[in-house]
Amino acid sequence: MANHNTLRPDLKHISDQIKPGSRVLDLGCADGELLAWLQGNKAVRGIGVDVDVMSIVSCVEKGLNVIQADMESGLQSFEDGSFDYVVLSLTIQAMHNIELILQEMLRVGKVGIVTFPNFGFWENRWQILIGRMPVSETIPYEWYNTPNIHFCTVNDFDKLLGKMGMKVDKQVVLHQGETVDFLPNLFGSLALVQFSLANQ
Amino acid sequence: MSESVGIVTPKKLVFEDPITLSSGVVIPRYELMVETYGSLNADKSNAILICHALSGHHHIAGKHKPEDKAAGWWDNMVGPGKPIDTNKFFVIGLNNLGGCHGSTGPSSINPETNAPYGSSFPVVLVRDWVETQARLADRLGIQQFAAIIGGSLGGMQALRWSITYPERVRHALVIASAPKLTAQNIAFNDVARQAIITDPEFHGGDFYQHGVVPRRGLRLARMLGHITYLSDDGMGEKFGRMLRSGEYKYGFDVEFEIESYLRYQGDKFSTMFDANTYLLMTKALDYFDPARHYGGSLAEAMRQAQAKFLVVSFTSDWRFAPSRSREIVKALLDADRTVSYAEITSQHGHDAFLMEDAPYMAVMRAYLNNVAKEIA
Repeated sequence: MANHNTLRPDLKHISDQIKPGSRVLDLGCADGELLAWLQGNKAVRGIGVDVDVMSIVSCVEKGLNVIQADMESGLQSFEDGSFDYVVLSLTIQAMHNIELILQEMLRVGKVGIVTFPNFGFWENRWQILIGRMPVSETIPYEWYNTPNIHFCTVNDFDKLLGKMGMKVDKQVVLHQGETVDFLPNLFGSLALVQFSLANQ
Repeated sequence: MSESVGIVTPKKLVFEDPITLSSGVVIPRYELMVETYGSLNADKSNAILICHALSGHHHIAGKHKPEDKAAGWWDNMVGPGKPIDTNKFFVIGLNNLGGCHGSTGPSSINPETNAPYGSSFPVVLVRDWVETQARLADRLGIQQFAAIIGGSLGGMQALRWSITYPERVRHALVIASAPKLTAQNIAFNDVARQAIITDPEFHGGDFYQHGVVPRRGLRLARMLGHITYLSDDGMGEKFGRMLRSGEYKYGFDVEFEIESYLRYQGDKFSTMFDANTYLLMTKALDYFDPARHYGGSLAEAMRQAQAKFLVVSFTSDWRFAPSRSREIVKALLDADRTVSYAEITSQHGHDAFLMEDAPYMAVMRAYLNNVAKEIA
């Protein structure tokens, strides 16, 4: 069983947001690290979704429920409002259809939690300033081999949520696993945003 | 280290209690051909039932004689150290009622007439098979199966088990299957049946008395079936437009390798399978529709189940396409049941579920390892 302290930093912060006994859908769940921890420590009923078959194998090995699917076409397998939380960790920047997935997250769940690398982080800005595409701890790829196609800053993401009739309920900006309170859009390399529908 | 189960011997079990089939017909006495692997543990909790597909039977793994060329039909999946590990599980294979490999079927002698059943053998539904399998479990003292596993028509039996006997199935593994056939699927089945029924040597199903076999019909049925179990890409890669002699002959004999292959498969099948059984099995496929008894709602049907499910499909399977497996998954999720789903990339079409494919084997192994831990 993964120790809370050994969880990937963004997963650790996500796990802090989730109430015991809730229902969680983990999109792009990879090897199921977060779900396994939540199931073992918070009695969460969880389902993972991933497009990669080896992720499915890892999750099945851990005794998790996991569905192999490509999220780009939506979450048709899941009924409206069937989850308390829908998590999308470090995946949104690699997706094509961002508006659809955000909409789908709040269709099947009450609360969405997204983590993403913050493009506004000062090191990224600095590398752009000296004429290079940023490569950093949270964006560890070169421009020619990156799976990431949609970078944004903390401010950009909040703005998109607003445009879509969604509101930010909680925002944590991190750098090297520690929360950043001072000028987060400049000093945080990774953002966690918890959001829900604005009119609820 | 995985190895073969070795030499195995099937066993014929006699059931003297009459069974009333879904069609209303009563069979007073029947026999089932059964083959088992591994050993049943003390509390009889480690049994796995493997349900066969259209032309399947009891011989799943190992060989009957050392000189046999081919092993059982799922030998790559079942054995010591294999995904369905016979060191951990007691695995049961059987030839279903209506079959032609030792169980009571159309070619068996009807004790009332002392002649083969032939056309008088009743239509058998998936639920009837499940009933006979439940009686088989009773006979072996198995209250609950650790898992019921099946591909294609076998997956339908696993689904039906989970609905009819929820408390007797711990896990159901439904592979390359569908919750019911599409019109296109029924159409293929009917072409196959028509090929058999219109064979002049079919004699309305009573060909046994005439000392003949409707071989041409059965051959055509199998050739058609075979095409639909493969994918265009898979067939293209294996055969392409390869010619046997290297040049066009401008006639209707076998020229392309694919023609030769299909004819060979058809011929082989027509000598070892019973025409009436083929009709029965395809009809069972057509009739299967568990949602029918629940107002057309598959989710409502699956709400009866208590089993945990693993559903697996294959990308190039167009006869039982992944979208059909996703219907099962959606129904299970809607019914709030426990389910995992893997969609394996493969170019082998419907037959992929019998092939050795690393990610597929890994999913099955991972899932069944956990089943073994649960019952330990």
